[in-house]
Amino acid sequence: MNIGLLETGSGNWNAIIWLIMFIIIGISAIWIRSHGEDQYKKNTDQTKPFLSGNREISKEDSHVGASHIYWGFTEALKRYYKPMVALHTGNINDYSGWIILVMAIIFIIVGVS
Amino acid sequence: MSSIMTHAPALVIAFPLLAAFLVPVVSRLNKKILGIFVAVVLGFTLLITLLMAVRILPGNPLIYVFGGSEAGLTLPSGYTVPIRIIFHIDSMGIFMGLITAIVSFLGAIYSIAFMDKHSGLEKYYALLLLLATGMFGMEFTGDIFNFFVFLEIASIASVALIAFRSNLSGEPAEAGFKYMVVSSISALMVLFAVGLFYGQYDVLNMATIASVMKFTQLDKIALILLVTVLAMKAGSVPMHMWTPDAYSEAPASITMILVAASQASLYALFRIIFSLYNITLNTITIGWIIIILGLLSMFIGVTMAIIQKDIKRLMAYHAVSQTGYMLLGVGVGIAVLANPIALETFGIKAMEGGIFHIMNHAMYKGLLFLTAGALFYRTGTRNLNKMGGLGNNMIYTAIFFIIGAAAIAGIPPFNGFASKLIIYESVFQFNPLLSIIAMLVSILTLASFVKVFHSAFLGPKMEQYKDVKEVPKSMLFAMGALACIIVLFGLFPDLVVKYIVHPAVMALINQSSYTAVILGGM
Repeated sequence: MNIGLLETGSGNWNAIIWLIMFIIIGISAIWIRSHGEDQYKKNTDQTKPFLSGNREISKEDSHVGASHIYWGFTEALKRYYKPMVALHTGNINDYSGWIILVMAIIFIIVGVS
Repeated sequence: MSSIMTHAPALVIAFPLLAAFLVPVVSRLNKKILGIFVAVVLGFTLLITLLMAVRILPGNPLIYVFGGSEAGLTLPSGYTVPIRIIFHIDSMGIFMGLITAIVSFLGAIYSIAFMDKHSGLEKYYALLLLLATGMFGMEFTGDIFNFFVFLEIASIASVALIAFRSNLSGEPAEAGFKYMVVSSISALMVLFAVGLFYGQYDVLNMATIASVMKFTQLDKIALILLVTVLAMKAGSVPMHMWTPDAYSEAPASITMILVAASQASLYALFRIIFSLYNITLNTITIGWIIIILGLLSMFIGVTMAIIQKDIKRLMAYHAVSQTGYMLLGVGVGIAVLANPIALETFGIKAMEGGIFHIMNHAMYKGLLFLTAGALFYRTGTRNLNKMGGLGNNMIYTAIFFIIGAAAIAGIPPFNGFASKLIIYESVFQFNPLLSIIAMLVSILTLASFVKVFHSAFLGPKMEQYKDVKEVPKSMLFAMGALACIIVLFGLFPDLVVKYIVHPAVMALINQSSYTAVILGGM
């Protein structure tokens, strides 16, 4: 099947075949699921999340805001983030300074090469 | 028809340029049709660009000599060098022209509803048209001084458009001022480099300069100036800091076009390295400089994006990160340019990945900025902490966001996956570590957009947004068109690479054919 066959330099990629496989696997998953346990009852305790026995907080209060997402990631990398954020001063003098610095570095590299 | 094709390069510039001056007149006649008028003009421009692409991409570069007795006569009788301004559109130029034509057309359509509550729209649309004119000129011109002129037109229009909504707060004006300063620095450096070429070779035509290039110390200085400032205009780390300011404060439709304008600078960087200098320069050194700028852009861009709370600043940092992929792919091509075996084995493929990513990025980042604009249009905020549950009421915007986010994260079968896969596999043959870093950046990109999707679209309806509706049809049309391109390019990447990307890459690499078109094989 050559339609959609992309040569990547080390192999091939065909999105059409991927899509067909995705559909087949999706249909298979739905078919398998339809043969599963049918004791599910809507609007009973079965449908509520189990939070170690604690009561579920309201849906409005349970939405996690953007600032709290990946808190652990940023906390673990705070030694990277602290100087990196500090470098983004918002000061146009610094923006210009970075251009000059990069230009100077490239001057040295190209000059000696 | 043949007459239109002969003058097509001039028409692509003339249509938006003349329309920009007609906009105030149309505004006096009927303000309501202003957006439609601009969309129609840019629609015609897109049509002409498509017609040119059909002719140019099979390998027939288009030449247009301004003021000459014939459009294709570069060297009139008795002349040994071209003296007129010449548009020289090869496959790489038209590749970029297609991007500009698509995003400026869709930007105008999106603006019809998005900007309808703003005053001073005649200024907005005139500037939008001038921005498109500047970008087309940067991509089509074969004259290095003329490139400087169009760079200035694009920069000045961009500054005014970034600051356009200064009536809302002082921040757009501040962002516009910052962009003006960095643009002025870049313009001065470009002009200085042009002076260095002209002082040595007495010509301004790029193909002619390429044919006599001796790579003197002055040429080295010109190269360094151009590489630095064009990389800065493309948003490369550590000279990227203007991008979050400018991209976040400009109206969403303009941000989409600004992304393409940055890519026009990236194109100029590649054009100068490949068509002007080519193997006269130390390709390994320059290649690695570009690769390192790419790596820094990829990694710092994505890690800074992940901590943002402003949706457009977050996306702006991702634009920096994605530029890194393009620099990486093409940087590998530059590094092996003087090594025919490596170039054939993986260099051309790496460049195809990088160049394909330019087109893909313009489409999916454009779409993402438009979805951010749609959220701002309905909620009045860009703060992700203040959003939530919007997927309940803005289902189409949510679907378009998912398509854009999946594409930028490199999830199959969308277009971003295809170009990233080519970059991963070809760059791996050059240096596996570079490829691994690129994959890691993709994972972080996905994590970042999961955060945006969760924050803005998921969760229960919020009280203040319970009456929020889907955005108007013109905005949906622009987003839908980009989403269709993303899906189609993802499903049939082979056709895009074969008929658009590969010819563009070969046009860049093959310096002799670039010069021969103008000088007739001198």
